[in-house]
Amino acid sequence: MQNKKTQEYKKLAPGHNACSGCGQLSAVHAVMRGLTKDTIIANATGCLEVTTTAYPQTSWGLPWIHSLFENASSVASGIQAALKNRGDNNTKVLVQAGDGGTFDIGLGLVSGMWERGENILYICYDTESYSNTGIQASGSTPYGASTTTTPSGAQSIGSNQVKKDMLAIALAHGLKYVAQSAAGFPDDITNKVKKALATPGPSYIQILSPCVPGWGIGYDEAAMMGKLAVKTGLYPLLEYTDGKLSASSINANFKAEPVNSYLKAQSRFKHLGEAEINHIQMLAADNIKKYQI
Amino acid sequence: MKAKNKNQHQGQEILEGSRAIALTVNNIGPEVVSAYPITPQTHIVEDLAKFKANGQANFEYVRAESEFAAASIVLGASAAGARVYSATSSQGLLLMAEVLYNISGMRLPIVMTCANRAISSPINIWNDHSDAMAVAGSGWLQFFAENHQEAVYQHLLAYKVAEKMNLPALVNVDGFILTHSYEPVAIPNKSLIKKYLPARKLEAGTFLDTNNPVTMGGFFSPNDYLDTRKDICQDFDTSLAIIKKEYLNLKKIFKFKNNGNGLVEYSGAKKPKIILICMGSLAGTIKETLKKYADVGLLKITTFRPFPAEEIKKAIDHCVNIAVIEKAINPGSGGPLYLETKAAIFGHEKINIQNYIAGLGGHDISEKMIAKIIKEMRGRTTNKIKFVN
Ligand SMILES: Cc1ncc(C[n+]2csc(CCOP(=O)(O)OP(=O)(O)O)c2C)c(N)n1
Ligand code: SF4
Ligand SMILES: [Mg+2]
Repeated sequence: MQNKKTQEYKKLAPGHNACSGCGQLSAVHAVMRGLTKDTIIANATGCLEVTTTAYPQTSWGLPWIHSLFENASSVASGIQAALKNRGDNNTKVLVQAGDGGTFDIGLGLVSGMWERGENILYICYDTESYSNTGIQASGSTPYGASTTTTPSGAQSIGSNQVKKDMLAIALAHGLKYVAQSAAGFPDDITNKVKKALATPGPSYIQILSPCVPGWGIGYDEAAMMGKLAVKTGLYPLLEYTDGKLSASSINANFKAEPVNSYLKAQSRFKHLGEAEINHIQMLAADNIKKYQI
Repeated sequence: MKAKNKNQHQGQEILEGSRAIALTVNNIGPEVVSAYPITPQTHIVEDLAKFKANGQANFEYVRAESEFAAASIVLGASAAGARVYSATSSQGLLLMAEVLYNISGMRLPIVMTCANRAISSPINIWNDHSDAMAVAGSGWLQFFAENHQEAVYQHLLAYKVAEKMNLPALVNVDGFILTHSYEPVAIPNKSLIKKYLPARKLEAGTFLDTNNPVTMGGFFSPNDYLDTRKDICQDFDTSLAIIKKEYLNLKKIFKFKNNGNGLVEYSGAKKPKIILICMGSLAGTIKETLKKYADVGLLKITTFRPFPAEEIKKAIDHCVNIAVIEKAINPGSGGPLYLETKAAIFGHEKINIQNYIAGLGGHDISEKMIAKIIKEMRGRTTNKIKFVN
C-alpha cells in the first residue's frame, strides 16, 4: 500500500534537471501537495517544462501537457471545455507558467481565459526574468535588477522599469481568489492552492521563485531569499477573497527589514548605489502601506 | 431552376456555403468548437453559435479572444480527447501558424475550415489561396473544395482521415465564392454520418486522462525529434491511400458519383493535348469553359497535402502541354502548385508546363481568360510566370 507521502511525490517525481536549489521547483512541490490526483496540468514553455520532461523521461505523475510559451491558458480552457462536455465536473485544471509566459507574451490569452470565467487555477512561478533562455528581463523584472537584456553598466542601473502589477490585473478581471506567495513558505503555498481550488471560477496565485543563476544566489539560498523578499515588504504574502485583501504578511506582527539585506545578497542588484537602494526602500514602503491588513 | 440532374442528390436544399458547412459540422458532432471571427469565415462560426444558442447543438462553444487562442483552445480540448472544430481565414490562419505546427507535432486530429482569403498588406478581404499555401508545411492535411457539396463531403473525409491517422486537417473553401453563395446542396444526416464517422476512438494513454496520466509535449533531443518528423512524413505518405479508400467509402455510403478519387479529379478530353491544373472553385469555371473544347482536360487537385504526385503523373500521362492556374505566388520563386507539380513530373522532359497566376485578391477569373490561356498553350509558351488579368 502506498503511504500518503509517496502519492504526493508521484505528482512530481524527483530527478528532474533543474539547477540544484531552484526556487521554482521547490514551489512546485508545495503546489503539488495542494492537488488531488484528479488534476490536469497545462504548462507553458520555460524552465519548469524543460527541466521536467526530457523525453523519454518525465517527472509528472499527473496528466500534463505543454504546447507553447504563450498559450497554456487557452489550452487549459480547451481541456476544461472537453471535460464539461462529457459532464466531468470533478477534474481540476491547473495552468503553470513563468512570469514571461504570464506578464508578457501570454497576457492577452490569460485575460481571455479569465474573461470566460472557467474554473481554472493559474499558477505563475515568478523568477522575475526569462530564466530558461538566460535571464533576460520580463515585465516582472524589478527596478534595478541587472539582466542579460537590461545589463547594468556605466550608463545603466539595470532595469529601469517598474514591475507590472499582475495581481491588480487579475483582480480587475473579477477573480474571486487571487494570492501571492513565495518559495520558502511551502505551507502557505499549499494552503493557497487548496483555497483556490475550493473557490469556483478562475483563480490566480503568483509565487516568487528565486532563481539560482538568475539572481546570483547560492544553491542553498532560494528559500531564504523568498523569506527576505517577504520580510522587507518587497514581496508580501497576500490573499484576496472576493476582490478584497483578506490576508497579508504585512499585518500586526510585521516588522520591516531594510531592503539592503535582500539586495546585497543577490548579484543582480550588487551594482546599485545609494540612490537606487533608497528608491527600492521607497517601493517597499509603498507596499507596506498598500498591503497592510 | 430546372429539374435536378442525375448528379444531384435527394434532400437538396438551396443553402449558403457557410450554412452548408455549419450544418454538416454540427451533424458531425464536435464536442468543442472555438473560433475567432474574420471575413469571410464569419457566417460559419455565427451559424454554429446560433445552433448552440437555439439548443440544436451539443458542443461547447468557447469564445476566443484571438485566432491564436482559438487554435490553442481546440488543441487543449483535442488533447483531452474531444472531437473539435475551428474555422478561420487569411490573417487568422497566419496568426495561428505557431499553434498549427504544434498541433500536427502533437498528432491531434483537429479539423478546421479555411475560408480562403488574400493576405495583407495591402489589406484585401477577397479570395485567393495565399493563406493555405503559407501553412503548407505545417503538417496539416489540406483539401480544396470546388463547390458546396464537395465542401460538405470533404469535411466528413477530413475528420475520417484525421482521426484515423492522428493528423490535423484543413478544408479549404474559397472565400465568398463558396462561403457566401447559394447552391443546391444535400446535408448528410446524423445517422448516416455516424455510419461513416463513428465517435472519435480514444486509446488509453494517448490523451489527457486522470486515470491514465500521460505527459504530452515534452522536450525532445535531436534524435528523438528527428524520429517524430520521420513518423509524420511516413504517415502523410500512408494517408494518400487512406484518403482514396475513405473517399470511395464516402461515395458508397452517401451515394454520389464523380470522377474523383479524393486526391485528384480529371474531367474533359480523353486524349487531351492540353491539361489545365487548378484547385478549388476555379474548377467550376474551367469545366464550363471546357465544354467548348474537345482536346483540353482539367485536372482538379482536391488534396494538396499530402501532395498527390503519383496521381498527377498518371493523369498527365502523355499530354505535353500543362497549364497550372493558381491563386497564390511565392515572390522570387513561383506558384506553389506549379512548383510541386513540376517536381512531381520531373523527368518527363518533353512536358511543357506553364504557370498562370490568377484571381489574386479576389480578381475575377472569367471563361474568357481561360479561353485565352488555352489559346496561348497551343502556341509557344515562355515558361515565365504569367499573371492573368
Ligand atoms: C514564441 C516564443 N518566443 C520565445 C520563446 C523562447 N523562450 C522559451 S522559454 C522563454 C522564457 C521563459 O520565461 P518565464 O516564462 O519567466 O519562465 P522561466 O523559464 O523563467 O521559468 C523564452 C523567451 C519561445 N519558446 N516561444
Ligand atoms: S535557471 Fe533558475 S528557474 Fe531555471 S532551473 Fe535554474 S534555478 Fe530554476
Ligand atoms: Mg521567469
